[in-house]
Amino acid sequence: MTSTAIIQLFVFLLAGFVGFQTISRIPPLLHTPLMAATNAISGISLVASLVLAGANQGFVSTVLGAVAVACAMANVVGGFLITDRMLAMFGAKAANKGERKGADRQ
Amino acid sequence: MTETFIQLSYLLAAGLFVLALRSLCHPDTARRGMHMAAIGMLIAVAATLLHQRIVTYEWLAVGAVVGAVIGYPLGMWVPMTAMPQRIAFSHAFGALAATLVGIGEYIHSYDTQHLTQGHVLALGFEVLLGALTVTGSLMAFGKLQEILPGRPVTFRGQNVFNLSLFAIGVACLVWLIVNPYDVWSFVAICVIGLLVGILLVLPIGGADMPVVVSLLNSYAGLAAVATGFALDNNILIVVGALDGASGFILSIAMSKAMNRSFSNVLFGAFGSAAGEEAAVSGAKGDMAPISADDAALRLAFSRRVIIVPGYGLAVAQAQHQARELVDLLEKRGVDVRFAIHPVAGRMPGHMNVLLAEAGISYDKLVDMEDINQRFTDTDVALVVGANDVVNPAARTNKSSPIYGMPILNVSDSKSVIVLKRGKGAGFSGVENDLFVSPKTSMLFGDAKQSLMQLGAEVKLA
Repeated sequence: MTSTAIIQLFVFLLAGFVGFQTISRIPPLLHTPLMAATNAISGISLVASLVLAGANQGFVSTVLGAVAVACAMANVVGGFLITDRMLAMFGAKAANKGERKGADRQ
Repeated sequence: MTETFIQLSYLLAAGLFVLALRSLCHPDTARRGMHMAAIGMLIAVAATLLHQRIVTYEWLAVGAVVGAVIGYPLGMWVPMTAMPQRIAFSHAFGALAATLVGIGEYIHSYDTQHLTQGHVLALGFEVLLGALTVTGSLMAFGKLQEILPGRPVTFRGQNVFNLSLFAIGVACLVWLIVNPYDVWSFVAICVIGLLVGILLVLPIGGADMPVVVSLLNSYAGLAAVATGFALDNNILIVVGALDGASGFILSIAMSKAMNRSFSNVLFGAFGSAAGEEAAVSGAKGDMAPISADDAALRLAFSRRVIIVPGYGLAVAQAQHQARELVDLLEKRGVDVRFAIHPVAGRMPGHMNVLLAEAGISYDKLVDMEDINQRFTDTDVALVVGANDVVNPAARTNKSSPIYGMPILNVSDSKSVIVLKRGKGAGFSGVENDLFVSPKTSMLFGDAKQSLMQLGAEVKLA
């Protein structure tokens, strides 16, 4: 095993631990926004797709990369938008107005 | 130099992501936290564009524009009732991206003769999990969207068949590690992953979808981790681990709320046999109907009311009528709360979002553990479209298929009014003793209509 692989395993272990500790504190109230949020954040695979699409390693790889970029981008854009839309509904007491979109106006 | 810059911006992005998840612990800070995460994403993506391997930008731009065009409607136009499908669908997207990157990397390393054993281990793992998540999520999407039949589809020897197929996939992976240049075993891993995804979700019924969607979330995260290992990319490892942890925690929470073990959800095909057993142990006694004006009077002259919403409320699109009723009652000085069971919606926390969308303040939405003691000094518990989550058989009847499931203690309150469409059994086909209890009055009809009537009568009272 290379030393990079060992470091990566450390990163994985620690990140998993941080994730576990942080996420178990999130109340059930916000579990749906949490799923939408992790979805948006997992769009970070965009960085890998971008490299594949732009590396000019032959036609097949480029097309695969471009499709991957589209998928990841859809998750990033859609994920952040829908999370924000949901969290706006949970916004401060503006909720009582019963407004769907303008909940952040107050 | 550029490489260091890119890595440092990834580090910053990873920090912002963790902070964003931390801010999700409270509704007041959550929104700002997610803005931070979006900035982190922007930084990471912008820095990646400087990567020395990127030499052409045309295809990359095409992909990005297409993705943004697909993403916008997925973010802005999808109704909140359709959240579970939407999430399942984007798991498929995320996993597809990971799978394609895996295939692309394999082709590249194959051409340049750079395949090492550690490399193919990560790539094979990534493609196996990724492909499984793609088809599994699409199946879940189809079932939730009701394109596919929601009933579990089973056949003889299913579990043995699925497990052996998966074992063949793992065997191919091992073979690939021994012979990294054997293209066919790489292809076999992809195909087996796709098949296992379909077969895994096929026998799982609509009611268990919350667990499946959470579990697929976790798999998508692990596929991202594998991508990170294959590409030496730490941010993918970090984010994948966060994603995996989140999916894992949520699926455990959901299984607990349904009193089912993981393996039972995955291999049990609940709902196929349960219906028949339950019919035998059916509830005895008659349901006592109540008219809308009587029910409204009782609500209007009580001090404390707890509303128990179930998925029936969302199906009837009655959230807004529920809020109007709450507003009217509160104007009369009645203390109204909502009791939210963890599996009240179709995904973790779904019911909270549906009620928040109708403009109900989140401090009125109380989790099961916190509200269960409050039922004893509650005058009226109003059950709207919920059934199994208030069924006392879960506590008392050992032969009931839902025995042991944590429920809301509705029967502790002084009286109960149940809004129900018809006299039939619930989603899981289990009879409910609560409905025939002397404390309970039944108001039959569509939830939306009934709530509107109640509102109108409360106004007059």
